[in-house]
Amino acid sequence: MSQTSAPQAPAAPSPPPTSVQPRPRLPRWATAAAFAGAAVVAVLLGVLTALNLVTFVLYTAVVGTLALWAVSRRVEGRRKAKDRLVTSLVLGAFAVTLVPLLSLVYEVVRRGVARLDGEFFNSSMVGIIGPGGGAYHAILGTLIITGLTVVMSVPIGLLTAVYLVEYGTGRLKRAITFLVDVMTGIPSIVAGLFAYALFAIFFGPGVRLGIAGAVALSVLMIPVMVRSAEEVLKLVPNELREAAYALGVPKWRTIVKVVIPTAIAGLGTSVTLAIARVIGETAPLLVTVGITNATNLDPFDGRMATLPVFAYYQLTQPGVPPEFGIDRAWTAALVLIMLVMGLNLLARLISHFFAPKTGR
Amino acid sequence: MTSTTPSTGSTSRAPVRRLGDRLFAGTSRGAGILIVLILAGVAGFLIVQAAPAFTAPRADVPGGHGVVAYIAPLLFGTALAAVLALLIATPLAVGVALFITQFAPRRLAQGLGYLVDLLAAIPSIVYGFWGIAWLAPRLTPFYAWLADHLGFIPLFAGPASVTGKTMFTVGLVLGVMILPIVSAISREVFLQVPSLHREAALALGATRWEMIRMAVLPYGRSGIIGGAMLGLGRALGETLAVAIVLSASGGIVTFNLISPDNPSTIASNIALQFPESTGIGVNTLVASGLALFVLTLAVNVLARAIVNRRSQFSGAN
Amino acid sequence: MAKRIDVSDLNIYYGDFLAVADVNVSIEPRSVTALIGPSGCGKSTFLRSLNRMHEVLPGAHVEGKVAMDGQDLYGPDVDPVDVRRQIGMVFQRPNPFPTMSIYDNVAAGIRLNARKMKRTELDDLVERSLLGANLWKEVKDRLNRPASGLSGGQQQRLCIARAIAVEPDVLLMDEPASALDPISTLAIEDLMTELKERFTIVIVTHNMQQAARVSEQTGFFNIAGPGQPGRLIEFNPTEKIFSNPDEKATEDYISGRFG
Repeated sequence: MSQTSAPQAPAAPSPPPTSVQPRPRLPRWATAAAFAGAAVVAVLLGVLTALNLVTFVLYTAVVGTLALWAVSRRVEGRRKAKDRLVTSLVLGAFAVTLVPLLSLVYEVVRRGVARLDGEFFNSSMVGIIGPGGGAYHAILGTLIITGLTVVMSVPIGLLTAVYLVEYGTGRLKRAITFLVDVMTGIPSIVAGLFAYALFAIFFGPGVRLGIAGAVALSVLMIPVMVRSAEEVLKLVPNELREAAYALGVPKWRTIVKVVIPTAIAGLGTSVTLAIARVIGETAPLLVTVGITNATNLDPFDGRMATLPVFAYYQLTQPGVPPEFGIDRAWTAALVLIMLVMGLNLLARLISHFFAPKTGR
Repeated sequence: MTSTTPSTGSTSRAPVRRLGDRLFAGTSRGAGILIVLILAGVAGFLIVQAAPAFTAPRADVPGGHGVVAYIAPLLFGTALAAVLALLIATPLAVGVALFITQFAPRRLAQGLGYLVDLLAAIPSIVYGFWGIAWLAPRLTPFYAWLADHLGFIPLFAGPASVTGKTMFTVGLVLGVMILPIVSAISREVFLQVPSLHREAALALGATRWEMIRMAVLPYGRSGIIGGAMLGLGRALGETLAVAIVLSASGGIVTFNLISPDNPSTIASNIALQFPESTGIGVNTLVASGLALFVLTLAVNVLARAIVNRRSQFSGAN
Repeated sequence: MAKRIDVSDLNIYYGDFLAVADVNVSIEPRSVTALIGPSGCGKSTFLRSLNRMHEVLPGAHVEGKVAMDGQDLYGPDVDPVDVRRQIGMVFQRPNPFPTMSIYDNVAAGIRLNARKMKRTELDDLVERSLLGANLWKEVKDRLNRPASGLSGGQQQRLCIARAIAVEPDVLLMDEPASALDPISTLAIEDLMTELKERFTIVIVTHNMQQAARVSEQTGFFNIAGPGQPGRLIEFNPTEKIFSNPDEKATEDYISGRFG
């Protein structure tokens, strides 16, 4: 890198200094000043075109960045100016990223709060045309199907992680590791098609069952579970396993009574995050479980309603007049977000409060 | 591991293992093998259900020109949307990762990272809601401007969509959805840059940007590429956000990003058509799903290979 | 209690790599045997082969014979788990179970093996073991607190209490004091002198003064060069090793000329 091979001031005509000479630097308030000036320019520009929050922020950011770069280039030299420019760009990238997050949460809360009432949680859609109605049946459906998914995925995922960390050697271990990676990348709709194809063989075409949805979600949840459980089990120090072996404890008891209890907080976090990952999945349930207006709590008998699919159909087929269906759709989306965020928060709390207290 | 005493030993013996150990080891091994079976099952059942679409008379397949003619435009739309998303997300994601790992105050960094991770937690259907209700209407004036001023570029040929339900909007929504994935993996590799490398650069008198260019980016390059590929895999398979946002018509192949007529994607097409399909229509959709499966598989395997190669290198450091 | 161990023609491998070759030695009961030698000479590997902990690593195995009071530990129908119940081990770094209390740590050998024992008996056993490890006075008021709250030296004595609670015949110690401060080291050394009344003790140490202070017998391991197997160069009463060793290499090592 040529810049660093010549750390002296570029093209400085001043006589060579005998000691390290402080290079001219912009004062600390220069950044603030540049952007304050830019804000003023932005208002002027905004008056000429259309002044609103978006154009104001945009103009301020662009003009401020350019001004700071120009001034810095004059006073501090090219290298420092470039550094300032990149800093602004990187900060800008982060700010831009927050726009979707904030606008999304704002929009969903704003539109969803209208129907966040008791009726939404305690009535189904049977006989509802127009106002009223709720997602009681869909919420229960989501809980049942997610519960079944957890019952299938957690043992398989945990045992596979145990195999990979404690027992696996050679080719089978490498194959499973690779396939779990592959499985992580299966598109959710493909998982749905798989479950449909599987159940269509036994129940004929057009089958819609809650259990098929749970199978589809398991295909998505198992690899997530394996990956995170594997990481957590690897964190258990080998010294603890050796301590147990040295006491004459068989390997399987060492795993069950020492390794897993030591990792229990991390495993709890893994399970919670894996649930959060699948609870909002829509596509696989759309093709395996379908939708219904009535409350069906039997995952082995016909269509069920689930919250994400409910939200989808209420938005895309809201009925006449549409506004009531659309309101229900947004409330369903809001409940979904609250569920997912709640699970994420729970995961953090678990890892925070249940981690083994190590004195070291 | 009481097993494997290689035959070199004159005194090698069969291992003694107690019943509990054999049962537990066997069960956990069985779970691992089950995963292999599930994956084989995914491929197998998809092939079984897709096969009738290939053997059926071409006229019976939806669209009337056979299964290949049905899937090809969908494949094009899928790739277009995903690549668009990638082009939008990668620079932003790298910027975000740089900001969190190199620029932000250390005490804030973890919280900021968590904020970006929240983007990954939001269900994809909610992104669809956001895309159609918040983003698309705000983009229509921009599309009109593009069609007016840059219409000579085929990408912006127009006529501009008045609803904003365009391929460009889909690319933006998908870009936001995969940004946290790309950024998380980039962040991970940036954090692994040996501080010796960074300090060496700084000790030479480099500015922060020069240090990043000399030490951080070269070290993290394959991580960025691998992360971007994983993001690409996710974008290819994204279903409902696309199904809700995109105004698609069957059989179109166009690079025009801002018009109301867009090619559909495989995943969203399945979601839209599946509930109403029967017979050979279902088989055709499963066949398109199989194509998507193979495509994402290839992308993911490549991505993993790139990411893993880097982790082998970093082990030597 | 306290049994003798006879090792004959023992070769220890990691996969195809021969790590320790041709060990022949007899370890006396009710005494402390110290193993010394430079780093990487295989003394820890040898120690771990005595209770079949060595083979926990994938590919690790041995050839030859290790017998405890005549019973071949590597016999065809011997379960390594049973071997480890008879030969306890204490590690370099204290490793109490972080999820368990002090009491549960001492009782771990019983509890983890699901051995039934009355509460009062178990209480007795825990107290006896902690007394035996010179830790009872310090922890008797906080038996239900997490073990991780103890100091390093206390944790190591807790690990010794845990090891002797299953009443083994032999106690192996792999540099038990190397991670501890001088006061704790002294406490561990005093403890060894008491424990050798009841157990056969084998200790690996880097500290030659420690070997001289606590042991009756000393074995010196050495390695000819990188990639070569470690060998037992000399095995003699400790006094002889430190005053008038048979081998030149032993003398060089002890007088600090290498290693």
